[in-house]
Amino acid sequence: MKEKPILRVGTKFLIPFILMFALYVQFHGDFGPGGGFQAGVIFASAFVLYAIVFGIANARRALPAGIRRLLLSLGVLIYAGTGVLALVEGGRFLDYSALAAQPVLGQHLGIFLVEFGVGMTVFAAMTTIFFVFASRDPSAREQD
Amino acid sequence: MSGPLEHLPALAVVIPLMTAPVIVALRRPWAGWLLATLVSWASLAMSLLLLQQVLETGPFSYLMGGWAAPWGIEYRVDQLDAFVLVIVSAIASVVSVYARKSVEAEIEPDRQYLFYAMFVLCLCGLLGMAITGDAFNLFVFLEISSLSTYVLVGMGRDRRALTASLRYLILGTVGATFYVIGIGLAYMMTGTLNMADLAQRLPAMAHTSTVRAALAFLVVGIGLKMAAFPLHAWLPNAYTHAPSAAAALLAGTATKVSVYVFLRIVLGVFGATGLLTALPVTQVLMVLALAAMFICSAVAIWQPDLKRALAYSSVAQIGYILLGVALLSETGLAAGIVHLFNHAVMKSALFLALGAVALRVGSTRIDAMRGIGRKMPMTMAAVLVAGLSLIGVPLTVGFVSKWTLVEAALDDGMWPVAVLILASSLLAVAYVWRIVEAAWMAQPGPELAHVREAPTAMLLSIWVLAGASVWFGIDATRTLGVARLAAQTLLQGVAP
Repeated sequence: MKEKPILRVGTKFLIPFILMFALYVQFHGDFGPGGGFQAGVIFASAFVLYAIVFGIANARRALPAGIRRLLLSLGVLIYAGTGVLALVEGGRFLDYSALAAQPVLGQHLGIFLVEFGVGMTVFAAMTTIFFVFASRDPSAREQD
Repeated sequence: MSGPLEHLPALAVVIPLMTAPVIVALRRPWAGWLLATLVSWASLAMSLLLLQQVLETGPFSYLMGGWAAPWGIEYRVDQLDAFVLVIVSAIASVVSVYARKSVEAEIEPDRQYLFYAMFVLCLCGLLGMAITGDAFNLFVFLEISSLSTYVLVGMGRDRRALTASLRYLILGTVGATFYVIGIGLAYMMTGTLNMADLAQRLPAMAHTSTVRAALAFLVVGIGLKMAAFPLHAWLPNAYTHAPSAAAALLAGTATKVSVYVFLRIVLGVFGATGLLTALPVTQVLMVLALAAMFICSAVAIWQPDLKRALAYSSVAQIGYILLGVALLSETGLAAGIVHLFNHAVMKSALFLALGAVALRVGSTRIDAMRGIGRKMPMTMAAVLVAGLSLIGVPLTVGFVSKWTLVEAALDDGMWPVAVLILASSLLAVAYVWRIVEAAWMAQPGPELAHVREAPTAMLLSIWVLAGASVWFGIDATRTLGVARLAAQTLLQGVAP
């Protein structure tokens, strides 16, 4: 892609905005449209764009399999962990009101954490699916 | 119930769910095995506590996130739920101990951790299906268990596992989609997804074609997932080519939980509508059940691969369960429910034993197993015990199921059905005899010279289940007692 400067510069220009928009959708999700799933997909799309323009090898270097696997697991753990935390604090499983002294504050915190976990796992899953399908050799295993 | 025990219904599902990502993050086969085993046994302990609680105080609910019942997701535990929970977690516990050696031999080292992650996720999905009282939440768990099952099957020893997995994926997805369409139609009419609430609201709409269509979609969708004849095409290949430990887990749990879903949705939710008797649901079910018992047992006799023979036998055994359900009487239903447990125990024992044979011999084809009884006497003795149970010989669990089933058929004056039940057992004699003949009547060939008895951990698992199929055959009061209670609770909501 060395001979396509417009594409390369355009992509580099766009990627920060895509990432920023994803973060907006993620953290503004409880006030407006959006949420963890959409944010995760948008965040992943920045990496997909990078992989298409700069090659899959570079994208893999930017986002190694080990990191993705960790994010994939961590997201689920954050989600379920929030539920368990509510349970430890004396509420039912996923009862956000129990998370803070004031119920409304707890509900904000709860949905923030849960959506963060969802976003993380969706991002890692989306990029992993893309990388697996984009490999030339389908039998090649991903190595760290 | 107060204190930490109050949260058992949620924890039973959440603990396996949280273990799976930890296994993926650790990526060590031994850590995966250890965690999977610990979680399985913890689930068994929790399920037994839940069962004890239900038997003492009757059904109880847990409200997810503290949201009140028809709006929020309710986890409801009654006798049937608790019984299924115990079956699933008990089989998973025994298989997890066995899995170590079997997985080491059958799956490449860098993918072994994935097997354990999927094992735990599958357990999570199956337990969730059994415990939830929300029709859509059930779908979510159905997908969790199904997706992990497709991966488990696809990890099999050779490439045929991939086609088996893909076939299962396509048919399983069709089944799950039909389930969602059915639930969607019911939701359209009632505006609720809570099972108890649905059961209350549906009778008023029973005359509409929407509700009838919903019932039709649900019966076919769940029928696909439980491999009810003639929707069983995915099952033989999936069980034959899956890794041995996965096959044993699935044979004991996956179709059983689907039968539970059938009972819960078709009898529990649609029971009060009167559609089960107004439409020929039970008659169709009975004919298909009898067809499964004969056709699939007969097919099992001619299979060159014993895993495949047992897979067909599983479809036939689902037939026995559905026959009990189709009788729509307390005894019939109890026979079906107790056979969930009984069949899980004996079929998992058989698949575990064949897994040990696959480990030592490298094949489960009947010609490769000539004289194996002299080389692996303990393993093959367990096969014999579980096989006798499959036939329904007295003092085994199979006898308890068939006796109760015949009793139920005679209670309803259906003596031809009772005769057919006994006649189909003769077919089971034929396919079990083939194993006995090959294992003991022949001299082991030179290719079996190096074959030794199975490792101790595997033998232990095999014999725990084979032993259970005798133990609960001699003293069936507890299993049959719970099954009768579950049948009573379930039939309360069914209109005559």
